[in-house]
Amino acid sequence: MNKLFFKIFTLTIGFSFLYFPILTLIAYSFNDNKRVMVWKGFSFRWYKELFQNEQILEAFYTSIKIASLSATFATIMGVMIGFSLTRISKIPARPFFIFLSSSPLVMPEIILGLSLLLFFISSNHIIGFPSSKGQLTVLISHITFSVAFVAVIIQSRLSSYDKNIEEAAQDLGTIPNMIFWKITAPVILPAILSGWLLAFTLSLDDLVVASFTTGPGANTLPIVVFSKVRLGLSPEVNALSAIIMLIVILAAISIYLINRSNIKK
Amino acid sequence: MIKNLKKQNVWFVFTPYLWLVLFFFVPLALIFKISISVSEWGMPPYRDLFSLSENGLKINSTLGNYLFIFSDPFYIRSYLNSLSLAFTSTVLCLLIGYPIAFYVAKSKPSIRNILLIMLIIPFWSSFLLRVYAWKVLLQGSGIINSILIHIGLISEPISMLHNHYAVILGVVYTYLPFMILPLYGYLVKFDLNMIDASNDLGAKPLNTFVKVILPLSLPGIVAGSMLVFIPVVGEYIIPEMLGGSDKLYFGKIIWDEFFVNRDWPIASALAMSGIVILVFPIIIFQLMYAKYNFRNE
Repeated sequence: MNKLFFKIFTLTIGFSFLYFPILTLIAYSFNDNKRVMVWKGFSFRWYKELFQNEQILEAFYTSIKIASLSATFATIMGVMIGFSLTRISKIPARPFFIFLSSSPLVMPEIILGLSLLLFFISSNHIIGFPSSKGQLTVLISHITFSVAFVAVIIQSRLSSYDKNIEEAAQDLGTIPNMIFWKITAPVILPAILSGWLLAFTLSLDDLVVASFTTGPGANTLPIVVFSKVRLGLSPEVNALSAIIMLIVILAAISIYLINRSNIKK
Repeated sequence: MIKNLKKQNVWFVFTPYLWLVLFFFVPLALIFKISISVSEWGMPPYRDLFSLSENGLKINSTLGNYLFIFSDPFYIRSYLNSLSLAFTSTVLCLLIGYPIAFYVAKSKPSIRNILLIMLIIPFWSSFLLRVYAWKVLLQGSGIINSILIHIGLISEPISMLHNHYAVILGVVYTYLPFMILPLYGYLVKFDLNMIDASNDLGAKPLNTFVKVILPLSLPGIVAGSMLVFIPVVGEYIIPEMLGGSDKLYFGKIIWDEFFVNRDWPIASALAMSGIVILVFPIIIFQLMYAKYNFRNE
């Protein structure tokens, strides 16, 4: 009994700590007062203002665009890396390739952002590309740090499944390209999907690298939100948090339900 | 294994290879180059490494930027502050995260899946907004102060924001899922009968924990600690939002050197030293871990 009490106590305290700040923020998003923490009454006022705030709406659109493009390119290249490292033995300077594809994982984002910005400025000086900083430079940077994360997921999936199937196909004379599209790709499809989702979230959530590499017309949502809350509080940001939480919770519940029905089958 | 790099596989290897060389390796090499350059007014604000003068080729490299950083206690203190922040919050995340991961992993499968989803939700939601939530909570007029005043613990609102305790709290809060999820991954895999076996053989609960459970979950502890320690060393957002002027951190110093002082060579030298300083604890950690594994085999 004592043990059960201790378990429930730990889990209650733990989950309260994780959820208390988020739930408070959601509660105060309905507060009809410009001073965020002084309760005046229930209203949807800040939600209305949020949907009329063009700066936030435009940043949201920019973020979604960059995140989906970055996730797509990062997934394509992540699959290529995962496949190369587990299936192709002759890669020139293989240790260097492994170093390149794994060290973005442990590189502090502030250093990554600084190095990319200095690179873009220098390359603009030398060859005139990129002509200016903007959505393209943010996109390139996001692809660069997301690739490593996708590659790790693909690699662990590829090294854990039975390679004999591919070898059998090879013995039967199937050309390597066919092996990839007909055998390997379907097997790693779940890993591809979770890699894409992770890359999408990484891009959507990034503030530091985007702040370094952004330019005119390329303010992502975190950049706009940060500029609003850096020095003070913003009731519109409370409303935005509530909406984002709602989306995440709905996504999580639907994934849970899909998993459960799959297991039942 | 595909033995030979056939023509149709070449682009498979070289597309990402080339991308990473161009956008990861070259930029790092570039900040190394700038870190040994002399700063100068103009655009770009540093002198070229090589210049042709009437005396022939001249090399303008300098170690001055590094000497400058390591002779100034201001920079050294910011590195130490960041390392100690990363260490403190990793230990706290482990102490808070371990019991949670343990009990979630030990729950019945039906409850376990719901709890797991509840662990993943904060992990997916925006990092920036979770830090902002603490800024709201810790305000002078915030809910924590109101509660403390209401129960009579304090009579005036106390300032809880803009100090390094708020930074530690914010870091532990935002990075906790990064610790819990890998721990859970290892704890859920091992056979709970081992705990019962150890108990049946007369081991005290503490002994069972130290001798059976802890060694088996060590890979999870290592993975979780790395996932917390490494990004926290370069953390910029949390100190900027919740911190004050009592302690300055490495991430903010780089940011200010670049955006405020516009001193590219110093910012680059700080970044290069940051990589070196960060790499050492990781290598030591991995060597210790490898030695531990070796001893136990």
